[in-house]
Amino acid sequence: MIEVENLSKYYDGFCAVNRIDFSVQKGEIVGLLGPNGAGKTSTLRMLTGYLSPTSGNIRVKEYSIRDDALKIKHLMGYLPESAPLYRAMLVYDYLDFVARIRGLDEDKAKNRIRALSELCGLTEIMHFSIGELSRGLRQRVGLAHAMMSDPEILILDEPTSGLDPNQIVEIRDIIRRAAKEKTIILSTHILSEAEATCDRVIIIHRGKIVADDDTRTLSEISGLDQVVTLALRHAPAEAAAERLKGIDGVLDVQETGKIDSETLVLKVRCREGSDPREAIYKSVKETDWVLLELHQETQNLETIFRELTRED
Amino acid sequence: MRPLIGIAGKELKDYFVSPIAYIVISVFLLVTGWIFFTTFFLFNQADMRNFFNLLPMTFSFVIPAVTMRLFSEELSVGSLETLLTLPVRFSDVVMGKFVAAVLFTAAILAPTLAYPVVISLLGDLDWGPVVGGYAGALLLGASFCAIGLLASALTRNQIIAFILGAVICFSLTVIDKMLFFFPDSLLGVIAYLGAGTHFENIAKGVIDSRDLLYFFSVTFIGLYAATLAMQER
Repeated sequence: MIEVENLSKYYDGFCAVNRIDFSVQKGEIVGLLGPNGAGKTSTLRMLTGYLSPTSGNIRVKEYSIRDDALKIKHLMGYLPESAPLYRAMLVYDYLDFVARIRGLDEDKAKNRIRALSELCGLTEIMHFSIGELSRGLRQRVGLAHAMMSDPEILILDEPTSGLDPNQIVEIRDIIRRAAKEKTIILSTHILSEAEATCDRVIIIHRGKIVADDDTRTLSEISGLDQVVTLALRHAPAEAAAERLKGIDGVLDVQETGKIDSETLVLKVRCREGSDPREAIYKSVKETDWVLLELHQETQNLETIFRELTRED
Repeated sequence: MRPLIGIAGKELKDYFVSPIAYIVISVFLLVTGWIFFTTFFLFNQADMRNFFNLLPMTFSFVIPAVTMRLFSEELSVGSLETLLTLPVRFSDVVMGKFVAAVLFTAAILAPTLAYPVVISLLGDLDWGPVVGGYAGALLLGASFCAIGLLASALTRNQIIAFILGAVICFSLTVIDKMLFFFPDSLLGVIAYLGAGTHFENIAKGVIDSRDLLYFFSVTFIGLYAATLAMQER
């Protein structure tokens, strides 16, 4: 569906996007992840034809961004970061304007605006001017704007940034409802966001792609070991470490601190893919120590992200 | 074509839903009406020559005020990004805004149509120069709109856009009245650059292709430069 080939963008000598390649299949939801200034917005702006690439090319279906930008724009709906819309216009007028530019005829435009106002929850605010709306509401108007022509590809730049947790859930719901049969690329610097909505995650750092994989695979095969944390009361540190190291799958035991003089906190590094929690419990049960806490720390995207984008 | 009409319609509506339109129209009517009619009865002639003579001067301040927000506002709010990622061409955007500005100029002129009607009741009015005058006013308005649009495309600050537009329009208006500052060899060129003379010719009812060509070229250059300025961003 979308092929990005060797794409670069320089601003007055500053390299924002550095020779990136990726492709997106039809129906995928791809998250573009990276710290601020990583080149996410520049990449999306080039995808949508707002900026022209310094070098490289983007193909959408059979069209190339250099020759058929207009045809590509017809296939795409785009919501820029923080939804910069005309503040003086009423919500209805704005959606009507977008429908007109998108070339919808009168009846179709009316039906589409009605459907979108229900999908995005705008029915109550159609007669407000956009400048009066809160950020969350404005973002929803922006989503309706992007989905006006029912485009095959939806590109959303930080769709949930600056929103409160309830609004984030709402926006995510709208995206998920709209996601059927659509290809979506969204950028975010919030990791839980990408984990919650995306099939695939592309992590960008300083204009380069540092990881590109399924969300699930990325969390599983991260090259990082599983860590189990446990708190033991009445256990001498050395004896406890000795005992735990004897369990199958355990690589290393580290004392990380004490809750009080009696209680020891230990971090147990385990082999990848193993789950020795049951064995640990049984082993501790044989002694007269008291097990206060036992939990496995999931290696989520957060850890991977920090690992990959660490400044050396 | 459709995006162009959509953009023009939107911009025109924007003028009339905000107070700007009414303020600009009132100020224009007040200033021209006052200056025109204070001397009108002294001349004791049933014509509108003085009204049209005044127009290049008033237009060079009124029209940049009309066009200053067209691009500057989009640049400062960032809405240009949402607009340009819709399936539109640069030319659609520039032309749409230009058409809206010209229609608004026509709306500013429309109430002054009452003047010739009143004057024709007072005396024997020659309608030829009046029709020519209004046609010329629209041509002049269109070229100033193009210049104002260019000024607006160059900066995200509306005040700068206004001043820049007004300075260019005013210079074009007065340049052919300052010929004594220029060397003889340049006189022909400079005289041709002045918007005032070309407008006065048309306002006399003389339709000369040179004058038409002047206004069309200024409009075209302004719009083309505005398109280039947008593309550069």
